[in-house]
Amino acid sequence: MSDRKEIDEATGTETTGHDWDGIKELNTPLPRWWLWTFYATVVWGVIYTILFPAWPMVSGATVGLLGYSTRAEVAAEVERVALSNAELTESLATIDLGVLEENAALHDFAVAAGASVFRNHCSQCHGAGAAGVQAGGYPNLLDDDWLWGGQIEDIAITVRHGIRNEEDAGARFSEMPAFEGILTDEEIAATAAFVRGLSGLDHDAALASDGAELFAQNCTACHGEDGRGDRELGAPNLADAIWLRGGRQEDIERQLRTPRHGVMPPWGDRLGEAQIRAVAAYVHGLGGGERQVAAPVDDAEAEAAAEVPPASYPAGAEPTPAEAGEPPVEPVETD
Amino acid sequence: MSDYLKLVGFGLLAFLAAMGADWARDPAYMLHAIIVLVLSASAFLWTLRTMPADGVPRAPRPAPGGYMDGPVRAGVIATAFWGAAGFLVGTWIAFQLAFPALNIEWAQPYANFGRLRPLHTSAVIFAFGGNALIATSFYVVQRTCGARLWGGNAGWFVFWGYNLFIVLAATGYLLGATQSKEYAEPEWYVDIWLTIVWLVYLAVFLGTIVRRRERHIYVANWFYLAFIVTVAMLHVVNNLSIPVSIWGSKSVQVFAGVQDAMTQWWYGHNAVGFFLTAGFLGMMYYFVPKQAERPIYSYKLSIIHFWALIFLYIWAGPHHLHYTALPDWAATLGMVFSVILWMPSWGGMINGLMTLQGAWDKIRTDPIIRMFVASLAFYGMSTFEGPMMSIRAVNSLSHYTDWTIGHVHSGALGWNGLITFGALYFLTPRLWGRRQMHSVAAINLHFWLATLGIVLYAASMWVSGIMEGLMWREVDANGFLVNAFADTVSAKFPMYVVRALGGVLYLAGGLVMIWNMWRTIRAPDARPVLAATPAE
Repeated sequence: MSDRKEIDEATGTETTGHDWDGIKELNTPLPRWWLWTFYATVVWGVIYTILFPAWPMVSGATVGLLGYSTRAEVAAEVERVALSNAELTESLATIDLGVLEENAALHDFAVAAGASVFRNHCSQCHGAGAAGVQAGGYPNLLDDDWLWGGQIEDIAITVRHGIRNEEDAGARFSEMPAFEGILTDEEIAATAAFVRGLSGLDHDAALASDGAELFAQNCTACHGEDGRGDRELGAPNLADAIWLRGGRQEDIERQLRTPRHGVMPPWGDRLGEAQIRAVAAYVHGLGGGERQVAAPVDDAEAEAAAEVPPASYPAGAEPTPAEAGEPPVEPVETD
Repeated sequence: MSDYLKLVGFGLLAFLAAMGADWARDPAYMLHAIIVLVLSASAFLWTLRTMPADGVPRAPRPAPGGYMDGPVRAGVIATAFWGAAGFLVGTWIAFQLAFPALNIEWAQPYANFGRLRPLHTSAVIFAFGGNALIATSFYVVQRTCGARLWGGNAGWFVFWGYNLFIVLAATGYLLGATQSKEYAEPEWYVDIWLTIVWLVYLAVFLGTIVRRRERHIYVANWFYLAFIVTVAMLHVVNNLSIPVSIWGSKSVQVFAGVQDAMTQWWYGHNAVGFFLTAGFLGMMYYFVPKQAERPIYSYKLSIIHFWALIFLYIWAGPHHLHYTALPDWAATLGMVFSVILWMPSWGGMINGLMTLQGAWDKIRTDPIIRMFVASLAFYGMSTFEGPMMSIRAVNSLSHYTDWTIGHVHSGALGWNGLITFGALYFLTPRLWGRRQMHSVAAINLHFWLATLGIVLYAASMWVSGIMEGLMWREVDANGFLVNAFADTVSAKFPMYVVRALGGVLYLAGGLVMIWNMWRTIRAPDARPVLAATPAE
């Protein structure tokens, strides 16, 4: 190795005189733009760490001149939305669901809120499009076939308390007995054939005629004499074209032998009343919702219900309590 | 005497491994014990068969001369092999994301995305990248120090030991052994083995530097050394864990909660910083000037950017944990150090690109130089993109989206991949005594396949990631979320297909390279490998 410096011909720059396996180095000074950009980022870094929480101390860390915190930022944003929606939310939580549809502004708000609730909490089982997942026994919410009722109030009760769960004493509950051991294989096949006949599906007529008697003895208590089900009991309508657990002969036989029962968690405590009602309104509006018929609305009631201020989000320029230096509103616990 | 010690050692190891296989609590541990049993029993038998009878002196071996290139040759082949394996798994899991049915039912749970994904990342980073780093560092340190590799067969131990680590890690993932830390998935005994191998690697590298015949240490060796030392530290700290049983693979981390997350990303980011940046800069500092036959652009820049890079990188990890339980102050520091890191990172790009001063025409004539230039360009892009994504506001859009995946791959496929391909094309003819690669046209083809693949990959992931980030945060007039998560997933489908096609191109390029290397190594016009003697 030689420490002989030389001038590189192509660039006219002096080398450092080092040589490793034929590799030499030019003694080019640092590019100015590189150096100044580097300095600029360092200066920016120093300023930034003065403005924002940055340097760890013995206990805690510097908070920064701007008093910024990611948590406060999120809390303020949540609070701003909550405040701007406060009146609508309050109205939604208290309105008689039977007249919700009369109030277009509130109903629109409820459907928009409900869509968001549905996407976050319901789509995992019922699908983002609410079409359900038959393989998992998750009902389609787009059709008008309701196990427990299709008025907004019915849906709200289902969402609030859930189905067949152990957390909520008010959960909707029904259980079909397992007929394995009670009926013979032939009897189960006959009953299934009869059930297929109820909705006009191809079936073995001879078998089905045997099944008619069995159906009358074992099934009509819940599913009704015509097989149209009973929403009070959550007993499905067997005379329509919709099959939660499949409508083939073997699907029905399996359901007769060892029925599977879906479970839905209770959402009342997790979502709160306004969100429960919102998601009920959303699901109700997906296509299969049924009109509230029990309580007719008189003009005075409809007028009172319509007196709800419109949505005002995004809120005006006035600062939220947190921004005004007042103690921040605690975000609503949702679980 | 030493033969007897070896016999005792191998015998004991085989015995322990047999016990481990018998008492194993999970399939991964059992398979690994069997692998160790077979290896140690084979070593036992081999020692027994080759040791001289009592009283007979061992046949004297010729003193080794010249550079020790055996482990480098093995490493070059291993790099190409693991590269193709890693690209193949990556392409496959890219298709799995686009078409979930490819999580084939009968291959569950071994071949589901969750197990193949760490197989892919470890195969490309540690198997492909790691073998490339070890092989090139052994080659470079000998040439630039004018000294034979220190430690005799320790160089071989490093090669085989490291590849055993890879086999243990990869089979462990498939059988479900993972400590669930990204890029640090291997379980405790695999970690311990890697630590042993790594310390020997450090000793071999340092030993060679110590016996150098050059007065100064070349810049490539600074980077390699920083990579080896820092990775040792990161690996040990991030893998501190307590085994549930010494007969099972499961272990429990000593850190918990946000401390564990911070340790993990201190490790994770510096795996990028020291494994994929510093180590590969060492590669760049040797192969670019050698292939261009030009002096390094600026000695001063190499010093300043080296120290700035290794000082700053180690603090940048918290930018992976913006808007999490990590305190704001730590996130701020991570972000600030990341932004300051921009220029030190670019120092390497400038020094690499400007080394071509006076030889720019080679970009047109030499596909290997073209690979190096493209590699440095991708390096420059991703080291600009990285600091930008570390900024809190940008991160709030980019985090958890495919943008991150695109960023990582523009760095990994572009920078690490292309520079490694260039180094392999440089090394293969020299290590096997050929005049040049079998086909220069195939190198050119590889360049275009790889570059097109990267463009498809990065562009589709940028589009997909930004779309996804915007969809996640989209709210209606009342502030309610507009999209379900599943909506964003289905919206990404076309981009996923494009990304997978990019992977196909990149994989095809890798296969072209392997064919080219095969033809070069097996070429009939072989001339004896020059056992080059160190300078002076």
